[in-house]
Amino acid sequence: MNGTIPATPKARNILTSAQLPRFTTTALLVVSFAVSFGILAIFGNAGPIAGIALGAAIYFVANYALSASVEGVRKAKDRFARNVVTGFFLLALFPLISVIWGTISKGFHRLDGEFFSFSMRNVVGEGGGAVHAIWGTLIITGMATLISVPIGILTAIFLVEYGGNGILAVLARTIRFFVDVMTGIPSIVAGLFAYTVFSILMGPGTNNGFSGAAALSVLMIPTVVRSTEEMLRLVPNELREASYALGVPKFRTIGRIVLPTSIAGIVTGVVLGIARVIGETAPLLVTAGITASMNLNPFSEPMATLPVFVYYEYTTPGADPTPYIDRAWTGALTLIIIVMGLNLIGRLIAWKFAPKAGR
Amino acid sequence: MSKRIEIKDLNIFYGKFHAVRDVSMVIEPRSVTAFIGSSGCGKSTVLRSLNRMHEVIPGAYCQGSVLLDDVDLYDPQVDPVRVRRQVGMVFQRPNPFPTMSIKENVLAGVRLNNQRLSRSEADQLVEKSLRGANLWNEVKDRLNRPGSGLSGGQQQRLCIARAIAVSPDVLLMDEPCSALDPISTLAIEDLIKELKETYTVVIVTHNMQQAARVSDQTAFFNLKEHGKPGELIEIGPTEKIFHNPDQKATEDYITGRFG
Repeated sequence: MNGTIPATPKARNILTSAQLPRFTTTALLVVSFAVSFGILAIFGNAGPIAGIALGAAIYFVANYALSASVEGVRKAKDRFARNVVTGFFLLALFPLISVIWGTISKGFHRLDGEFFSFSMRNVVGEGGGAVHAIWGTLIITGMATLISVPIGILTAIFLVEYGGNGILAVLARTIRFFVDVMTGIPSIVAGLFAYTVFSILMGPGTNNGFSGAAALSVLMIPTVVRSTEEMLRLVPNELREASYALGVPKFRTIGRIVLPTSIAGIVTGVVLGIARVIGETAPLLVTAGITASMNLNPFSEPMATLPVFVYYEYTTPGADPTPYIDRAWTGALTLIIIVMGLNLIGRLIAWKFAPKAGR
Repeated sequence: MSKRIEIKDLNIFYGKFHAVRDVSMVIEPRSVTAFIGSSGCGKSTVLRSLNRMHEVIPGAYCQGSVLLDDVDLYDPQVDPVRVRRQVGMVFQRPNPFPTMSIKENVLAGVRLNNQRLSRSEADQLVEKSLRGANLWNEVKDRLNRPGSGLSGGQQQRLCIARAIAVSPDVLLMDEPCSALDPISTLAIEDLIKELKETYTVVIVTHNMQQAARVSDQTAFFNLKEHGKPGELIEIGPTEKIFHNPDQKATEDYITGRFG
């Protein structure tokens, strides 16, 4: 023994592997887009969309290659998949943001007091407002909601709680089938249906707000039924059994246990249903019609609504189209604001009623 | 308060499936009866037939009779809702109502049946039921917090408090400890021993030590083979079933040779 110990290399930890530093992603992004715009500038064509697309492609490839050489193929694939998913998310976001931006930039400057306090009565050219259409939209959508929500929720309760066995199960299956069919009904068909019904009842050519509400509820009921049904199914059966075991009758179990437990989801479903119909144009075009004046009575005379207002302002401008187009954009913006407000209210209600699990 | 149960030739079906065949037994008041047997042999089904809870499942029905102090629960004129007010039930998994506070959960059985209670009556009932379920000291300072914030064992005792708040005659327990840790299990077993002073208790359990510890009488269920209806093999004093059973199958099960 001469005392020399063979130098054992420090055992490599099999759980570690080489990693790219954290700033790699950011740095690569900056470099890729710089290169992309640089190349396009050389060719004298620096359009932003081409630049972004080329930059993204360079980034995808560079990130994969770099990661594969340093971290290994598995991690490179992981990065690639993550990039693809994020990329498509941003792609999907693009039209959304561009719609909101377009509406705000074109509609904002007419979002003034006049727009919210005047109708289009005796207005030619500049000025005027959409207060009649805002009221019309609120009244017609409100009535459609009043019709659809009770029908929709009670139908869903039937499907989930009573459509269990025997002849009722057959009935429930049939109803579910037709609800599915109704979900896909073109909105103009709903409009023509309501128009026909009211023509038969009240004479041909009837235009009024209530027929618009009827058309919208044809579209809204299936949405409410389906979303409420899903929510009721999420309520654990154990809660129903706990309630039955206390000697609580079925209808009271539904009213006091099942509905309160699922109320947050049901409210969300109703708000989505409202959002779906509030922007409908075609059925309201044939049922509620259009008018330039304020009409708060949904049972007689045509009633203006925001989507139809936008449509008419856009399609039938005057000699100078600018004020008409401006009003159309502002009408669209108002509609978006109303839907957003409804969503916020719905979320607030859902949050307030949601079962809490605090200690 | 406590009532005697007599089951005569009970056959239970789920649609066309014959789940339980020819069960007959007598359950004395103020006693604990344990149902043991392997999974799928119909213990829970028999238990649920004692307060007509098995009917909640579509297509389920039964033949034979279940007498509660000489009243047949399956008489056509009997309202299942009334039966369930007499025969309370605690389930395998704790299921407090998530929208309600601890206090509201205890009062649920009374409130949901639209009985009016004054504030002081309600407070008394809450305290009495929670004390009865050995939960009062742990939750008395947070009666208005959600019941779902309690631990599993506490939730199960809350469910027991909820069941005894409507003062039933009989308390059915379907594997009440299977989702609980040993400490909570012990708390509930102690509670069962106290409950039998007042109620007739029937408990389904997979834990044979538990059956031996808490029950006065044990019933062993088994099924001959898969797909055949479950049957009551043997019922007798717990002591006898565990030490000197009449049937070979019971002995095999108790000693762990199968099931």
